[in-house]
Amino acid sequence: MEITVTINGSDHASDVEPRTLLVDHIRRTVGLTGTHVGCDTTSCGACTVLMDGKPVKACTVLAAQADGSEVTTVEGLKTADGLHPVQQAFTDDHGLQCGFCTPGMMLVGASLIAENADPSDDEVRWAISGNLCRCTGYINIVKAIRTAAARVAESSNGS
Amino acid sequence: MAAPTTPAEIGGIGHSVQRKEDARLIEGQGNFLDDIDLPSTLHMAILRSPLAHARINGIDSSAATALDGVLAVVTGDLMDQHGLAWMPTLSGDTQAVLATDKVRYQGQEVAAVIATDPYIATDALEHIEVDYEELPPITTPQQSLEEGAALIRDEKEGQTDNLAYTWETGDQGATEEAFAQADRVVTLETHYPRSHPAPLETCGIVADVNSVTGQATIYMTSQAPHAHRTLFAMVAGLPEQNIRIVSPDIGGGFGNKVPIYPGYVVATAASLLIGQPVKWVESRTENLISTGFARDYYMKGELAVTDEGRILGLRVNMLSDQGAFYSDAQPTQFRAGLFHVVTGSYDFGAAHIDCKGAFTNKAPGGVAYRCSFRITEASYLIERLVQNAAYEVGIDPAEMRLRNFIQPEQFPYETATGFVYDSGDYPTALRTALDEVGYEDLRREQAEARAEGRLIGIGIAHFTEAVGAGPSRTYDIAGLKMIDSAELRVHPTGKAILKLGVKTQGQGHETTFAQIVAEVLGIPANDIKVEHGDTDHTPYGLGTYASRSTPVGGAATAVVARKLADKSKKIAAHLLEAADEDIELASGVFSVAGSPDRSVTIQDVALAAYTNLPEGMEYGLEDVTYYDPPNLTYPYGSYIVVVEVDPDTGVWQVQRMVALDDCGVRINPMIVEGQICGGLTEGFAMSAMQWITFDDDGNCIGANFMDYLVPTAWETPRFELLATEVPSPHHPIGAKGVGESATVGSPAAFVNAVIDALAHLGVRNIDMPVLPDRVWAAIDEAS
Repeated sequence: MEITVTINGSDHASDVEPRTLLVDHIRRTVGLTGTHVGCDTTSCGACTVLMDGKPVKACTVLAAQADGSEVTTVEGLKTADGLHPVQQAFTDDHGLQCGFCTPGMMLVGASLIAENADPSDDEVRWAISGNLCRCTGYINIVKAIRTAAARVAESSNGS
Repeated sequence: MAAPTTPAEIGGIGHSVQRKEDARLIEGQGNFLDDIDLPSTLHMAILRSPLAHARINGIDSSAATALDGVLAVVTGDLMDQHGLAWMPTLSGDTQAVLATDKVRYQGQEVAAVIATDPYIATDALEHIEVDYEELPPITTPQQSLEEGAALIRDEKEGQTDNLAYTWETGDQGATEEAFAQADRVVTLETHYPRSHPAPLETCGIVADVNSVTGQATIYMTSQAPHAHRTLFAMVAGLPEQNIRIVSPDIGGGFGNKVPIYPGYVVATAASLLIGQPVKWVESRTENLISTGFARDYYMKGELAVTDEGRILGLRVNMLSDQGAFYSDAQPTQFRAGLFHVVTGSYDFGAAHIDCKGAFTNKAPGGVAYRCSFRITEASYLIERLVQNAAYEVGIDPAEMRLRNFIQPEQFPYETATGFVYDSGDYPTALRTALDEVGYEDLRREQAEARAEGRLIGIGIAHFTEAVGAGPSRTYDIAGLKMIDSAELRVHPTGKAILKLGVKTQGQGHETTFAQIVAEVLGIPANDIKVEHGDTDHTPYGLGTYASRSTPVGGAATAVVARKLADKSKKIAAHLLEAADEDIELASGVFSVAGSPDRSVTIQDVALAAYTNLPEGMEYGLEDVTYYDPPNLTYPYGSYIVVVEVDPDTGVWQVQRMVALDDCGVRINPMIVEGQICGGLTEGFAMSAMQWITFDDDGNCIGANFMDYLVPTAWETPRFELLATEVPSPHHPIGAKGVGESATVGSPAAFVNAVIDALAHLGVRNIDMPVLPDRVWAAIDEAS
């Protein structure tokens, strides 16, 4: 079937099998491999992307369901102004080790701070509780998302 | 902590340098196995047994082969024609690659489909008909060793029962003597349950064998690429110079990516036969039901103690559940890994350990899950026993440990099982942690809470690890000595490339190993590229597991950097027209003793190495070192956990977790703390929720992340970290390794805390995971 998905601002028109998963479409058809597959059962969140601004787990969304929507992957976080604040904070606060969960974690973090300018420790933990990390114990991920939120708040107060 | 000796812009040892590997990972530019997309790649899917034990009477793959897009269906018979139906394991057993006679566990590999598309390959599995004749499954090692139990390994010559191995160590006579002198014997029987490392990235391979040249380029999720190259050469009979293993970015390993799995062998054989690249990436279920599990030890420990709380001796009897094949990833001479450290941090003279392993109809494995070969089980047993002994003797569990610690002046200390601990100051570590947690106040609060009917528990674990395998006289895997290597090249502009035999899976080698070179030579860490994982481009080594990278590969890095420092001093002397012995090197500046104004930099020296040398010296500034450690290193720590248990539901919550680690010199404190937080979380996971179980038919319960519960951010406790620093006396930079300490040490602290909350009721054991229903049952039974 014919679908058009806007990924990181570019339109991608393709003819896909109806059963094609969004994550496979992004990785194999479009060729953006920053979105990972960790579990196939919507449990781990490594495949998280933003669909019309909301985090979804792309391993259990059909590509067909994304027809006409705007998808943001980790490759779309950086802008002409530089790294997204969550990307910068993840490296500053050592929020990643192997880096496999990182794209999903950062996208959830970006989505959270877009809605909540000053999330508490518990609010961040709740927001990322659909995303698993086996390396960090989450502490520095939580810290990084809060750092990013604080930096965004600071720069918007300053402007 | 010692202050760094180099300025921040050089970033030597002790600086929390930001990680170099992050840049690609935060932009989605990592290169993980599944990201590799070679032209004409075919995709493999594996048909696995739905039954735990069954005879295969026939396989009909004709319907699958006929599907559009399917190139081949590989069965055990086809593999057998090439001598590849079975392969050796790392513990001297054999393992089926594709089943030919029987299936011996649920999830065992039976056939593989090679297709043009991964969806088609998976579809085709449904069209393969296997005629199974069910056999009774054996799902516990106790059943397995009963007389008359069905023989699981009936293909194995000389095998007449289900015994996988036996092992003992220590001095039985001396131990019996110690027990005869004891005032009391404290016994603990407990099961360390089966767990799975479950790195977030599953295992996979892209095998690219060129049928014309014979060149085999094998991309695989490997923690040990060099050892895997040699094993591939030995098993598949391929010439080793034609095999290139590339281990790309690895999405976590934790021991799961040490073994060679059947899927790797089938994909490589398929690529060889078809002449196109073949990719196989496990699903999560395949990962959990078939690749290396960990633990699964039934342990009985007995501690001989005096009424004053002195430990006199230790006796351990164990039975391990090996699954269908004995494939523990461990050094050859060590049948139950380094379980010898079960004597823990304590000074006593006699121990005896007797262990057996049994085959069962379960997945094989026995990998060291974030653990230096069975040290986690050993550390757990002694720390649980010491805590229980304190209750029986009637002294405080902290005091019990302080009375029995090996004292700082006793190092090097030979334990009752013959390990020589290199260094430590255990009393300072425990006292520091006790002060931080406010131990005496907590005990008062606990007593007050009990009076109100609330259950508070304080659990301590003071663990000692033995990591960094290891000295070549004792340690090998499949005959390969457990040395490791580093090759360092300094380019004319003063920038360098460091090539390692070890391989990161997230530990940050690209940063920390550059810092070791920066410390020695003064080249800024950011000017040093670290290369690892590609066997064509790095020197030989046994890989990264068992916390061995820093103890062995880190030592090699320091030694090779020192070799270049020696040569650099001679070049500097030539440039400065001074005597070699008068040259001093500090933070990348070579100066003449007594005339600090006369100096050149490492960058000047690097250029001179290719342009202006003293007479007779060979050009270039590069070298390689293979490091054979004189001993293991012995990191340790004191962990204290405070929990509150809900007496009505058995639910327990962690109130505090104080973790003091002594891993010797910390190369990058930020990364060390990151490793500890991750390890504590996995320790919490095993104590609270994470286990692989089976029903009576041998069905794996825990085959996906909905049934196998790994902690999310919501369940994970907060941690308070502390450090002491007693350098390893024999390691070139005094480091000891830290990646696994927290997973090894913390389960006993969490479980001891829950037991401590219930100790006054007489509760002495709840098996892990300490699930609320188990806690509730223990309370119910005690009252």
